[in-house]
Amino acid sequence: MFDSFLLESIINGLLLGGVLALLALGLNLVFGVIDVVWICYAELVMVGMYAIFFLYVYYEVPLAGAIAAAVLGVALLGMILHRFVIEPVLGTAPINQLLVTGGVLFFLQAAATLAFGIEFRNIGIRMPVVEFGDMFFSFARILAFATALVGVLLLWLFLTRTYLGTAIRAISQDREIMPLMGVDPRRIYLITSAIGGGMAGVAASLLVLQYDVHPAIGLSFGPITFMVCVMGGLGNMLGGFVAAFIFAQFISVGGYLFQIEWGYVIAFCFFIAMMFVRPKGLFSR
Amino acid sequence: MLEVRNVSAGYGSFRALFDVSLEVRAGEAVGVIGPNGAGKTTLLRVISKIIAPTSGSVVMEGQDLSRVPAHRVVEMGIAHVPEHRRLFPRLTVEENLRMGAFHPEARRRHAERLDFVYELFPRMKERRLQMAGTMSGGEQQMCAIGRGLMSGPKLLLLDEPSAGLAPVIVQQVFSLVRRIRAEGYTVLIVEQNIQQVLQVVDRAYLLEVGTIKQSGPSAELLASPEIRRAYLGL
Repeated sequence: MFDSFLLESIINGLLLGGVLALLALGLNLVFGVIDVVWICYAELVMVGMYAIFFLYVYYEVPLAGAIAAAVLGVALLGMILHRFVIEPVLGTAPINQLLVTGGVLFFLQAAATLAFGIEFRNIGIRMPVVEFGDMFFSFARILAFATALVGVLLLWLFLTRTYLGTAIRAISQDREIMPLMGVDPRRIYLITSAIGGGMAGVAASLLVLQYDVHPAIGLSFGPITFMVCVMGGLGNMLGGFVAAFIFAQFISVGGYLFQIEWGYVIAFCFFIAMMFVRPKGLFSR
Repeated sequence: MLEVRNVSAGYGSFRALFDVSLEVRAGEAVGVIGPNGAGKTTLLRVISKIIAPTSGSVVMEGQDLSRVPAHRVVEMGIAHVPEHRRLFPRLTVEENLRMGAFHPEARRRHAERLDFVYELFPRMKERRLQMAGTMSGGEQQMCAIGRGLMSGPKLLLLDEPSAGLAPVIVQQVFSLVRRIRAEGYTVLIVEQNIQQVLQVVDRAYLLEVGTIKQSGPSAELLASPEIRRAYLGL
């Protein structure tokens, strides 16, 4: 018998997968190119969410303007993070890079608590619910899914069709000879960090429509983002993309078949099992 | 065109070059020959600024390279085809060639130079969408030289283009070097394959343990008793 609730949860899983894919994309790009894991990635998203909230609610900037400013702001933050936190320890033991970006995570969380308090803040836009037959979908999620797909497509075109994008892929394969190509590696790293930050900003603009922002918001989707990246193979953008949709299906359909909380439990069990079966990621060679 | 003046260089406390001077004039093909570990690769790495010399200077067309950042050297007309080819293995042939034309002036002439490289290496055109790392050694060498030519250089630095290739392919590579010369490029080539390289270049320098031991026209070096005894086994 046709189960429209199951179909609804599958489609909702698909929509959630788009957001997870977008979140994983920036993290994967930075790791794949610079070989550094931004532990504080989800906190960059939080900063973007706060930026949109304050610009829109307190300064009454139109939403589109607030989003554009937040994306640019977080991109700039990504460059600052690279230039002043990561660059000084680049080339030292990898644990140092984890420690400094981990430090930034706590710094941003604490700074947000000090500056904005622990209240949950909502930009107060009620998105309509889309009805299709007897299924219901949140418009915010549909928007997020569409934006994520467009973002992925644009990034892919940039990486494959432009000189700069080709250089970004090349530098991860052989850094030392980049100057022979006329490429300044430091500049490529800064640009990559800006794009990674910009992706976090885009993710922030989609999440702020669905969730309240508070200083610990990073904790609610940071770990999932990391798991998606690891399951797809850290740095493997295609792997991360596919893993995001698999993960989202477990959460959504698992939540429908059992209970919402069980969706996450099943997804994490699947993740742990995959770490034994394919420890280097879905598409490891 | 290129002058290397009293260059010393090394890695950490290891000294690879001692007071090396050489000169390449426009239109010439010049060889640097010598055994493994003589400092030949280090010399090219100093010229293209992958490493900095501890003393001495490199001058390209009257301009001292010490004040030029490493990634600007290629804009001055020096293309370095590195040892072991160093292609980007997971980029396609065409993307590797695109990387060679990264600097702004080269971008403007990208289409024209791509045609030139494909005409020089029809094989590369056939393989343009293949991952560079999956090609044979000889094909990779062609791609690496093609990538160097994409920048529109005045001077092409070739580091051991025959290394690791089958004898038949080595022949092809050297005839290619002749062809590139005929196109008007100035070439500085580093080789261990002394017999063969001396057939291609006008002049050569013999580098041994970081110092230049001998230099002169190819015919003279081929006839030199020391070189015949030590390197040609005659």
